[in-house]
Amino acid sequence: MKVKATTKDGKMTIYLAGELDHNAAREAMFEIERQIDEKLPRDCVIDMSGLAFMDSSGIAVILKTYKRMHESGGRLWVENVPKQPMRVLDAAGIERIIRITILSE
Amino acid sequence: MKEINSLKMEFLSKSVNEGFARTAVAAFASQLDPTLEELGDIKTAVSEAVTNCIVHAYPQSIGRIMVRAKIYADNTLEILVRDWGRGIADIDRARAPMFTTGGEERSGMGFTIMESFTDRMTVRSREGSGTTVRMWRKIAVRR
Ligand SMILES: Nc1ncnc2c1ncn2[C@@H]1O[C@H](COP(=O)(O)OP(=O)(O)OP(=O)(O)O)[C@@H](O)[C@H]1O
Ligand SMILES: [Mg+2]
Repeated sequence: MKVKATTKDGKMTIYLAGELDHNAAREAMFEIERQIDEKLPRDCVIDMSGLAFMDSSGIAVILKTYKRMHESGGRLWVENVPKQPMRVLDAAGIERIIRITILSE
Repeated sequence: MKEINSLKMEFLSKSVNEGFARTAVAAFASQLDPTLEELGDIKTAVSEAVTNCIVHAYPQSIGRIMVRAKIYADNTLEILVRDWGRGIADIDRARAPMFTTGGEERSGMGFTIMESFTDRMTVRSREGSGTTVRMWRKIAVRR
């Protein structure tokens, strides 16, 4: 699991790559919070294009990041979601809370 | 229904084994010639069930997890995930979407995902003696 972040004009993009399961989630969450605390972005995008696998542990990571951004009045959305993670987000009904765009292939 | 092939494995409830378990079952299931989407569903369902054993069955200790997979003549894959941990007091409540005893690190969607990614799921559990989750998924025959 890899977490990378870039910030431009107050908007942070967090790139997740690899497999986001329970084994990877704690470290991923720690890194996301560290980046947000350091850069204090206005808005935040999670880019999932590099994600090979995700389960419900990833949902908790997204929801926690959403809460974190919401507290500071910022927005969060999820972009470039590959098929398998998208099926997980669909099954959990995350789109009712967070804007999601699919990875076009 | 006639059993064509079967796999049984046992490992410790360490989170590094989540990736191993889902990959092993997916590799076993590949003889059914599943699509990428079907394989993704199988991996996800196994990952959810095994993670539950690690997180909930053995919260403060390391225990054994057993995973068994069977292939039947009608192209159905059966997956069984068993632990000898804490058990579930109220199974109906545990299966409801968003119910969790895991706090902020969990979303309470594991059983919902397992149900929607398989054709059928059963949960048997006794407090203090463990939990068995069984799932069935029929793989479409293509030629
Ligand atoms: N193997 C198990 N042993 C003991 N309790 C379990 C087991 N599996 C599930 N549970 C109980 O059922 C609840 C619901 O499980 P479910 O997988 O749906 O959600 P979760 O694990 O809490 O969150 P998520 O799967 O979204 O990370 C758990 O919070 C836990 O209380
Ligand atoms: Mg779970």
